[in-house]
Amino acid sequence: MIAKEKNDPTVNACKLCSPLGASFVFKGIENCIPLLHGSQGCSTYIRRYMIGHFREPIDIASTNFGEETAIFGGRENLTIALDNIIKAYKPSVIGIATTCLSETIGDDVPMYLGSYVNDRKDLVIPKLVHVSTPSYKGTHQDGFYATINSLIETIAEGGEKTKTINFIMNLFSPADIRWFKELSECYNIESIIMPDYSDTLDGEYWGEYKRMPEGGTKIEDIQKMGRSIGTIEFGNILSEKGGAGEILESKFGVKSYGIGFPVGITNTDYFFSLLESITDTKLPEKYRKERGLLIDSYVDGHKYLFGKKAVLYGEDDLVLGLASFIRELGMIPVVIGTGRKTGLLEKVINEVIPDYKSLNISIIENIDFEDIGRIAQEKEADILIGHSKGYKVARDLNIPLIRVGFPIHDRIGGQRVRVLGYQGTQELLDRIINAIIEKKQSDSPVGYMAM
Amino acid sequence: MNQNTTISPEEIKDELLRSYPAKVAKKRAKQIIINSVDKATDEVPEIMANVRTIPGILTMRGCSYAGCRGVVLGPTRDILQITHGPIGCGFYAWLTRRNQTKPATDKDENFMTYSMSTDMTENEIIFGGEKKLKAAIEEAISIFHPKAIGIFATCPVGLIGDDIHAVAREMESLHPEVNIFGFSCEGYRGVSQSAGHHVANNKVFTDVVGLNDTVKEGKYKINLLGEYNIGGDAFELDRIFEKCGITVVSTFSGNSTYDDFTRAHTADLNLVMCHRSINYLAEMMEKKYGLPWFKVNFIGAYDTAKSLRKIGEYFGDKELKDKIEKVIAEEMIVVEEIKKDVTTRTTGKTAMLFVGGSRAHHYQELFKEMGMKTISAGYEFAHRDDYEGRKVLPTVKIDADSRNIEELKVSADPEKFKERKKASELDSLKANKNMEMNDYIGMMPEMDENTLIIDDLNHHEAEVLIEKYKPDIFCAGIKEKYVVQKSGVPVKQLHSYDYSGPYAGFVGAVNFYKEIDRMVNSKVWKYVKAPWEKETQLAATYACD
Repeated sequence: MIAKEKNDPTVNACKLCSPLGASFVFKGIENCIPLLHGSQGCSTYIRRYMIGHFREPIDIASTNFGEETAIFGGRENLTIALDNIIKAYKPSVIGIATTCLSETIGDDVPMYLGSYVNDRKDLVIPKLVHVSTPSYKGTHQDGFYATINSLIETIAEGGEKTKTINFIMNLFSPADIRWFKELSECYNIESIIMPDYSDTLDGEYWGEYKRMPEGGTKIEDIQKMGRSIGTIEFGNILSEKGGAGEILESKFGVKSYGIGFPVGITNTDYFFSLLESITDTKLPEKYRKERGLLIDSYVDGHKYLFGKKAVLYGEDDLVLGLASFIRELGMIPVVIGTGRKTGLLEKVINEVIPDYKSLNISIIENIDFEDIGRIAQEKEADILIGHSKGYKVARDLNIPLIRVGFPIHDRIGGQRVRVLGYQGTQELLDRIINAIIEKKQSDSPVGYMAM
Repeated sequence: MNQNTTISPEEIKDELLRSYPAKVAKKRAKQIIINSVDKATDEVPEIMANVRTIPGILTMRGCSYAGCRGVVLGPTRDILQITHGPIGCGFYAWLTRRNQTKPATDKDENFMTYSMSTDMTENEIIFGGEKKLKAAIEEAISIFHPKAIGIFATCPVGLIGDDIHAVAREMESLHPEVNIFGFSCEGYRGVSQSAGHHVANNKVFTDVVGLNDTVKEGKYKINLLGEYNIGGDAFELDRIFEKCGITVVSTFSGNSTYDDFTRAHTADLNLVMCHRSINYLAEMMEKKYGLPWFKVNFIGAYDTAKSLRKIGEYFGDKELKDKIEKVIAEEMIVVEEIKKDVTTRTTGKTAMLFVGGSRAHHYQELFKEMGMKTISAGYEFAHRDDYEGRKVLPTVKIDADSRNIEELKVSADPEKFKERKKASELDSLKANKNMEMNDYIGMMPEMDENTLIIDDLNHHEAEVLIEKYKPDIFCAGIKEKYVVQKSGVPVKQLHSYDYSGPYAGFVGAVNFYKEIDRMVNSKVWKYVKAPWEKETQLAATYACD
């Protein structure tokens, strides 16, 4: 199947830009404000996109480049912005991500930040963490990972080992991040979850204005990550490319385990057994039971799903996890597509679905929705699984769309979508089965009430 | 029990400025004005507007690209739009404002659900992106066969030296059947999306308007400028115009088509809804083609009636005037009925509006009809004339940011200029104050004494206003919505209408009455405090009664 050639334009993209990924991570750090170094449009667009999904206040500052800034460089704007943010927000961290504009003109941000700190030696200033995120290089995923790496490079410290385990998140929903907190409690283990935007991007009603929402990974905790017993980092492709886990391992000797998303039985089993062996703690009864319930629903449900053809699109590690899960039910992921380009997707799919060629599965990187629509039609797909932007394809082909990932702008509750663990898988499974049933029911001329 | 304290606008202003560094406070002081109106002359205090937002201050504003690609050209369905740049901008501008469109038949083109991008990568940043842009245009033509293609530049384009206009010319010479034009709307140009509106106006004027002289049938032919069909507003206005026997040649740009744009110069009158985003086009069309223009407002049932009467007055035809009166009388029956019911619950409630370059003014009318009071308002990207009226235009300082946006030199077209009204007729229309010919009175003269007018309101200031005034409703956009609602004040989005609407015209007014009634009287807020944590609340009232 043909993917985009080098010079092809993108028609309805299946990826977002890297400063957006950076903003996600910075929102998951306690008392941190993201600052995008470039035109104000970048922070405005990204805020609008994230707010549309999370339905929460999301502050992202900008250095507001103008024409002269674009010509003479952004140093002065950066200095003014830092001064104003510090005065107005009193943050503990300012996360500075670059944009196309400041990268194209070649602003030396680390140098600017170095002298900003130097000039204010007598003052207490927040931690300034810089990440280079030009949107012409990589996607929102790359921005997300690079920001985690930067934070760890800048903040983590070594020292005497603890029994704590590091969980490095991928682009998970707040509800899925919360699941890691809950299981740490259930296992009675110490864990550091990073980034943790489960409260900052899915918060309660306040009643009165708060300058910064509560929650997020604490700076002290990021410091401690170099002393943990191990790191579990989610994402097979991520770990192939070398993620933050690897940094912690090479710098501080914290053993790193890069694993796939715990979605579906196989992946979740693997995650729990890994957790058992690292922490030397038995699987709590709660999860044993959840697993049993999930198996029971597989038994009940797979008759509806067996042989059904699904199109999976979105972040590479997400579609990989989803593919592994739906294969357990006999579904065929006829398209596994991602907007990102690493050259690794086919290799990791081969590990999960070795017979992918005989199943006629198209594995496509750098995909856009024009490709997705065309191939989905050729292969007579039954269902789409991915974010809201697949709606046009679903509508054109008159097949259901199961919304997972980011962005979800046409349904409520994107921040509460669960896919991880036995229970998350259970929720996703029910949604998929019901969508298939609903389609069959509404297509029927009779109107059966038992399906 | 609510305990009310009265706070003066001066005190609020001090409070707003207190937390700023001195330099910032000095600048913001000129953008925060306590309103006072000389009733005889409509003179109002000067406000600083359309100046750069200070870095690090959380602004509502967007960029030039957003104003051009998103606002002005976004609602046009059959100009194929290619974003030249890295992927972010194209993705974010993809069908996000709820601009509605209604192709006449299934076969009519509609590209609004598409977002094409050259998806620039590092290679193009270093070696130039023109080749990729040409390939994108070729592909767009082979897939879609569009009549017209617009190319939109993002930040890196200007810097790496890509000449989108040269590419447009070259590609058009290869495909003469397609009108191809470029917009230099790089995000860093100008101080806000307003710059992008101007860039869009210029290109649509030079490359599209005036290409087709076929005159649309109809006795009273108008263009509606600055109506973007959010929530179906333009559909409601089309309905009203049709009922009155008025023919809309082209709307700029809600539910619009390329063909309608090309023959817009054949209409007899331009009506300007959003003065900020499109007054350039109205002025240029008057000079080149002789179409007079005046300001209208179809937000609010009474203002809709007033605007319709202005059209009747302009054409001066008894038949039309009678028809308009008949339509108003018919439509107002339902409006009055709903209004009577709703005002029993909304009278005396307060609103704040911080949005757009016209909407913060227009929507005050609707609130007035509901017996509600606007206690503070401001624009996101307006200029001084939108606040103080066009009479201040000669005194507006042209700074470097404004100079960067081209001001076109326009003169009368030797063939296509057509006098619509004799000079004497125009003069007598201009003498009629209610007609506002070639004029806009601005927001401030129509606001109450002592109301707070704030330009480019930011996050911190919104927080202070909410805390001090506790308005019953706050109108802004999605970026402000959730932070304000977390503090217990409902927010109506006036960019996307929260995907409701229409709110324009008579049907729109009724929709708005019901919607605001629901919002300001919602039960949701009553459940906020659990029974075990009830406490006395302190709230201030406004001092501008």
